[in-house]
Amino acid sequence: MQSFGARLLERKWLFIALILILIIMPFFLSDFRTNLLGRYLAFAILVIGLDLLWGYTGVLSLGHGIFFGLGAYIMAMYLSMESMAGAVPDFMMWNGITELPWFWMVFSNPIVAILGAIMVPMIIATILAFFIFRNRIRDVYFTILTQALVLVTVTLIVSQQNVTGGTNGITGFSTIFGYSLSSPVTQQILYYISIGCLVGVFFLCSLLVNSRFGKALIAIRDGENRLRFSGYDTSMFKVLVFSVSAGIAGLAGMLFVTQVGIISPTMMGIIPSIEMILWVAIGGRGTLIGPVIGALLTNSAKTFFSETYPDFWLYFLGFIFVIIVIFLPGGLMSLTQKLKQRGGKHEKQAVSTEGKETNHSAVG
Amino acid sequence: MKNKQLVQKEKKPTILRSDKISVRFGGFYAIKEFDFSIPHGELHFLIGPNGAGKTTFLDAICGKTKYTEGTLTFNGSVNLARLKEYEIVREGIGRKFQAPSIFPYLTVFDNLELAMKQDKRVFPMLFSRMKAADKSKIEDMLNLIGLKEQRNVIAKTLSHGQKQWLEIGMVMMQEPNLLMLDEPIAGMTEEEEEKTGELLLELKKHCSIIVVEHDMDFVRKFAEKVTVMHGGQLLCDGTMEEVQNNERVMEVYLGKKGDDSHAEAL
Repeated sequence: MQSFGARLLERKWLFIALILILIIMPFFLSDFRTNLLGRYLAFAILVIGLDLLWGYTGVLSLGHGIFFGLGAYIMAMYLSMESMAGAVPDFMMWNGITELPWFWMVFSNPIVAILGAIMVPMIIATILAFFIFRNRIRDVYFTILTQALVLVTVTLIVSQQNVTGGTNGITGFSTIFGYSLSSPVTQQILYYISIGCLVGVFFLCSLLVNSRFGKALIAIRDGENRLRFSGYDTSMFKVLVFSVSAGIAGLAGMLFVTQVGIISPTMMGIIPSIEMILWVAIGGRGTLIGPVIGALLTNSAKTFFSETYPDFWLYFLGFIFVIIVIFLPGGLMSLTQKLKQRGGKHEKQAVSTEGKETNHSAVG
Repeated sequence: MKNKQLVQKEKKPTILRSDKISVRFGGFYAIKEFDFSIPHGELHFLIGPNGAGKTTFLDAICGKTKYTEGTLTFNGSVNLARLKEYEIVREGIGRKFQAPSIFPYLTVFDNLELAMKQDKRVFPMLFSRMKAADKSKIEDMLNLIGLKEQRNVIAKTLSHGQKQWLEIGMVMMQEPNLLMLDEPIAGMTEEEEEKTGELLLELKKHCSIIVVEHDMDFVRKFAEKVTVMHGGQLLCDGTMEEVQNNERVMEVYLGKKGDDSHAEAL
């Protein structure tokens, strides 16, 4: 029915094309560039969870830096311990601490560390969300609260500098599971692991949003009251989605720290937390694939402009953002919608993408 | 059902009984010691001037507003005071709001699918699949509310009247014992009003219905029983004829200037 071009624009195909491009990228890029792209992949994973939360459920969190940071710190603790082989990190020595604290020791096992980087954010998110959503804290009040939580977390980490590394963060890793972190091969493997995680997370979240559960999320976004008076305990749905998105953020943080080699409070503070939301908005919320593209493109553009026009890059970036907000309020993904509209039938394209998806599943 | 006395006293069991309930906002009583009961399978209209407490009464039943005094008993034994909104729905009380509230970015079919009676807890929802029985239930409802052709249309694009029917359909998908409608025909064309009235008569076969309505022609046409509220209290109840000839009702409606529409209607 649809032309090949229109089919290519279907999200599924778009995603497959994107992954293929990402897979061949290392053959064309230098090791340094591949490593940069690997970091952006971590962000791309993170925004899928954010889109689930904001784009589908309508809950705007400006606090996901916390969960990203938690995942990153837990992995950093492990990497640090592996590199030190029993000794304590420099910053602890300077503060007169000779033995690793318990919350470091817990993560000395790689499996515990990897699971912890995902589970700890999820557990903390579940507890927080339970009390927040139970008390019907919503919309802008919720968003402000998440900002406050970021501030609290960052302050806590900075103040406990004898065990957290303070503003300097944790760095100085040399190996991961026995492989040298500075070797290009290890970095390439990490790059491909990131792609694998991206595919996995994308697949899981696609399943989620296309299920009946996903329809309930959209219903919460568009009419929480109606859904509550249809017999749903909507706050528990929000708790689960918040928790899942926190787990995804933790995974992203873990992948980030292995490829960057450092985590510090500035990488999880208020500004990065807001930036993540910008990537979702630029890509197009409520589409899953849009935010992935948004995160990759925005970060690439940021690097490109800051290298090419070191004095003006922030203006460029701001300019692009303004253009997108004015001309493409639905983000980059609305561009594919517009193209589709040109070629295809007129009636159905007018509806939002998620509407179209559920359309298919309901009929089939 | 457990309450044998009630069953014996009346022909049909009482589905909802309000025993002197009051809703107080600060010092103001929106509802004061209001008594009300509705038996199984009755189409009951709730009328009264603006601010009489009709909508507040519905809010109190469905848990949107907490009542401060009295008791609401559902199905003979369930006390509604301690239940959360969604728990009240699961007991079998459905509410349609005054402004059509549907899920605009889901299809008509999906709207009904979500509303359908099913295990609505978080984890069962994750794994729930569309069964053949579910599908035929939804199809039947689409026929009943006359939206078969629009099944795959995004609900946002429906007309006002169609949205109202969809919401009624959604509430009915919950298979309630008690259906509450707040001004269901507001903003409808005459033709649509007629259709809605017929729909109500059809739905009556499955559950008791409380309708808040201002349109007296509509009430006269379809009401079995009418309760008149005034100032948060019961003014009188009975058949439409009884109510129309009640002196106190005449007083409230006719004695009030600026409420001519009601006066004329009566």
